[in-house]
Amino acid sequence: METIWFLLLATALAAYVILDGFDLGVGLLSPWLAKTDAEKRQLYRSVGPVWDGNEVWLLASGGTMFLAFPKLLATGLSGFYLPIMLVLWLLLLRALSIELRHQLDDPMWTAVWDALFFVSSLLLVVLFGAALGNVLRGVAFDEQGRFFAPLWTTFLPEPPVGALDWFTLVIALEATIAIAQHGALWLEWRTDAEVSRRAGQLASRLFWAALAGAGVATLLSLSVQPRLLEGLSARPWVLACALPVSALLLVPFLRRRGQQRAAFLASCVHIGGLLFAAALSLYPWLLPATHAGAGLTITSAKAADYSLRVGLYWWLPALLLVLVCQRFVYGQLPAKFSIDDDVPH
Amino acid sequence: MDTLAAHRLQFAFTITYHYLFPQLTMGLACLIFLLKTRAYYWSDEASNRAAQFCLRIFGLSFVMGVVTGIPMEFQFGTNWARFSAMSGGIIGQTLAMEGMFAFFLESSFLYLLLYAEGRIGPRLHYLSSALLFIGTWLSGFFIVCTNAWMQHPVGYRVATDGTLELTSITALLTNPWAWVEYLHTMNGALITGCFTMSALGAFYVLRGRTSDAARRMLALGVTVGALATISAAFPTGDLQARLVAKHQPIGFAAMEGHFRTEDGAGLTLIGQPNMETETLDNPLVVPNMLSLLTFQRWNARVLGLGEYPKRDWPDNVPLLYYAYHIMAGLGSLFIALMALSAFLLWRRQLLGARPVLWALLLAVPLPFVANTAGWMTAELGRQPWIIHGVLRTNQGYSAHVSGGNVLFSLLGFMGLYSLLSLLFVLLLTRIIAQGPAEHSVAMDH
Repeated sequence: METIWFLLLATALAAYVILDGFDLGVGLLSPWLAKTDAEKRQLYRSVGPVWDGNEVWLLASGGTMFLAFPKLLATGLSGFYLPIMLVLWLLLLRALSIELRHQLDDPMWTAVWDALFFVSSLLLVVLFGAALGNVLRGVAFDEQGRFFAPLWTTFLPEPPVGALDWFTLVIALEATIAIAQHGALWLEWRTDAEVSRRAGQLASRLFWAALAGAGVATLLSLSVQPRLLEGLSARPWVLACALPVSALLLVPFLRRRGQQRAAFLASCVHIGGLLFAAALSLYPWLLPATHAGAGLTITSAKAADYSLRVGLYWWLPALLLVLVCQRFVYGQLPAKFSIDDDVPH
Repeated sequence: MDTLAAHRLQFAFTITYHYLFPQLTMGLACLIFLLKTRAYYWSDEASNRAAQFCLRIFGLSFVMGVVTGIPMEFQFGTNWARFSAMSGGIIGQTLAMEGMFAFFLESSFLYLLLYAEGRIGPRLHYLSSALLFIGTWLSGFFIVCTNAWMQHPVGYRVATDGTLELTSITALLTNPWAWVEYLHTMNGALITGCFTMSALGAFYVLRGRTSDAARRMLALGVTVGALATISAAFPTGDLQARLVAKHQPIGFAAMEGHFRTEDGAGLTLIGQPNMETETLDNPLVVPNMLSLLTFQRWNARVLGLGEYPKRDWPDNVPLLYYAYHIMAGLGSLFIALMALSAFLLWRRQLLGARPVLWALLLAVPLPFVANTAGWMTAELGRQPWIIHGVLRTNQGYSAHVSGGNVLFSLLGFMGLYSLLSLLFVLLLTRIIAQGPAEHSVAMDH
């Protein structure tokens, strides 16, 4: 039962990273992709209708974690107190920049929100990437099964660990590259004219960085957290996840054939595959420790069986409902957010 | 500041600020749906223009609600880790339901409602307003249901490791406290919506910008407002008070400022609790009324705070007492103002009654105060428990997150929320200055 919830939680989180990922990617590329005000508005239009729905997956993941693994939510969120607060503030500023920018037509007003949109998107991706790095590396649990991670200590991935060290920052860098490419592919597909062309150029350049990043991140993770290797040798079929990860290789191929939609979807599969590979090699750990013997597993963190069982009865139908709703909204979007549709406020 | 106080202050500050927006959006969502209903079935263009205008205010408030709401969900884990670890299997259900059912509905349909009227056509637009209404009110239900479980825990047992286990999801969702609290809470939100809408209508009339859309807003706000202000006192407020009297007698005595047991207890209207002498200073009391209202008997015995050990008293009796009396006092004022306005509307004299229109305009902050005071009554009255009768607040917080770290984040929230307030007022003033469209236009991008 807890294994099912482990997979559902991984699914919700992967949905968040894939969906909010592309609008975060749009944000962190925005200074390079949109030069004129009309292009900037085109950029915002391409994420405006969907970012909120995408971000709901973060809340849904939080709710799912609360329901199924309350000790993980309690220990993890309180242990990473400061980074979480930073994330909350950045989410707030980013939401404001998307929703308030178009409310006033004034160059100083829009300049502030453009800058915030870029900075908050970039820092969020870095922090989310570092969060993944922390989960892979493990944290320093005390005797009572708690931890409190400072933002940084010695920047080394060994006790006493902080949230940011060279390992988690490398993972954050890889996340930034992957998400930037993801956002560029979305824009190449769903916009036209200069923005789409520039996005395509950037996507070509980012491909090699993403490829190198995925390789480096995998090797470093295996060396920093030996439990990942144990997990892999116990369950060699996890390597099957390397297949979706390799969807990345299809991206340049599909783009050359002009199949921009397929290229974006390949990037979705790639990112989802990376997350699932990480999750499955952690399994059954939810949050390992930097030293042996401690940490949270799906068994030690799970809620009572009744909760898990009854939760399934409504969670799965709710998931269907969500998919229908989101499918409907995405269906309402124009095929391309054209620069010609621009309506100045 | 000690660590527990820092955690409590941060939650109190962020939730109080956050709830200023959902009470408005939940109230407006219902009223916008009513406007759209009239526009759709009676082909009333003015109602549609009023709805379009209110949707702009709704959209802005909704953004504020979303950005201040996300921190709330996370603070369960960051600041109240022991409480969350202990009860996550139970309240995680309702919180996850909110995310999966309500948030997705809201986020999906708000955009269509705000920006796609021309593209999707009147039928789908009307349907979107219904779904948005359902989404916001569902969201309210799951949150109130979570709170109701903390006020009156049901359907659980204590496991061997000390955590709490859900034993019945039906009991959790049909908690009698949840339904009464939900009705009273949504009633309060509706009042905020009605006062906001009628204040906007009154503003345009007083300004000499009387349009059909402004008339529709005034009429709907006052009509629904008259009903909602009455039902806030009776039946929903009355039911809520009886539940509190029955299940939280200590909190009940404290909010009434009732220190000593009495047969035929009086209802305090005004007075200042004096915690040294445990009496009320300068009391103004209606004799026997508390016994009558609570137990429907003239001479019923109402137990005073003195009957209970001090360690079980709410830790801030005066604030609880004031919160309750502010809510009840404002509630009475609302009934008078809305009843008078509705009467004038019925006699077709409201548009000319300038003093009443002024009162409607200036009253707009008061329902926000009343709703806040109502929630403070609920939350302070639950103290010293975080889960009533089960877990004390001083056992539920994240003790390993130091006061200094919490103060850092609290100050950060205060700074950001000050910025939010400025932005909200700036943009809201602009929307109000523009006002509803004079002629029919399809709102589209």
